[in-house]
Amino acid sequence: MERNLTHIALFAALIAVLGLIPKIDLAAGVPITAQSLGIMLCGTVLGARRGALAVLLFLVLVAAGLPLLAGGRGGLGLFVSPTAGFLVGFPVAAFVAGLVVEKWRVQIGVSACAGAVVGGIVVLYLFGIAGMALTLGKTLPEASLLATPFLPGDLIKAVLAGLITQTIARMRPNAVLSRA
Amino acid sequence: MLTLISSHRTWAHEVAAGWKLAGLCVATLLIVQATGLWLGLGLLAVLALVASGGVGFAGAWVRLLRPLWPFALIVVLWHLWLRAPATGVTILVRLVAAVGLANAVTMTTRLSDILDVLTRLARPLSRLGLSPRMLALSVALVIRFIPVMLARHDQIRDAWRMRSARRPGWRILVPVLLATLDDADRVAEALRARGGAG
Repeated sequence: MERNLTHIALFAALIAVLGLIPKIDLAAGVPITAQSLGIMLCGTVLGARRGALAVLLFLVLVAAGLPLLAGGRGGLGLFVSPTAGFLVGFPVAAFVAGLVVEKWRVQIGVSACAGAVVGGIVVLYLFGIAGMALTLGKTLPEASLLATPFLPGDLIKAVLAGLITQTIARMRPNAVLSRA
Repeated sequence: MLTLISSHRTWAHEVAAGWKLAGLCVATLLIVQATGLWLGLGLLAVLALVASGGVGFAGAWVRLLRPLWPFALIVVLWHLWLRAPATGVTILVRLVAAVGLANAVTMTTRLSDILDVLTRLARPLSRLGLSPRMLALSVALVIRFIPVMLARHDQIRDAWRMRSARRPGWRILVPVLLATLDDADRVAEALRARGGAG
């Protein structure tokens, strides 16, 4: 009980920290922020329900006015801006990523990578693209063009999410609540 | 920790957070549906509100809108190319008015006040198992964990730099996570020893 609570809070903090670490530290040349890696890890390590709760907790703090999104952004304005779709999609993405890891009982690195692709890319992009289409008055195909530059970076992050989840499962098996 | 609240005191700082948030909801619904003259008046109203906070406040407000410019550029180019500038202007005005008004609320409302409103709204959820105390506790935990995790990251990164000329890259995330997972376990034990989180 207490352990669930602190781990959920820890992963909410992880999303924030991954947005604060300068992106150059993580991958040379590729324009990625690591924040969506945090979303993926919430799902793959904590599982569907707890992962989504961790992301919701993070969003509460952003909405309340803490500048925790990549680039020091925060506040209520984000939830009506063109990128609002991604914010709405964050908890769903973590939930789906966690669901894949919980249900697909192969080696955890493989199912975590698959979960990160399905949740953190497919589901998240669906929400993000719909959000941009709505706020910018574009059709869905036009809005998808705006999201494609981020695809290579996000694929790298999905692989990283798989590797990191696998390592945590080996070093701290009890911490991987998605397989508990 | 840094928050987005403006240090320029305005009259809006004194208004209760609940009223500001309720007003923001209604105004946003109106803005996203308005067109033509009504939309223009809406933007003017937002600008007038911001201007009433004084020059310093308005400057900070403009800086907070900066992340919007790539999208503004896309909309402008796109609608010039389509030869439909009127639609483009409508989209831009809507965006600035809605995002700007929400930012203004964020800039004039303390974090604790917004969280109070949230706790009040979440009270009916206590029957589903989410007690207001738990929400407050988890928010406090996140705010505390962020600097702890950053400190761990800096320690481990410095230790890496002492030993290697290469950059640590993503590998550093694993030891940071393992160390903070242990921290989280100890916090959980401490919480249980003090009577639990429920």
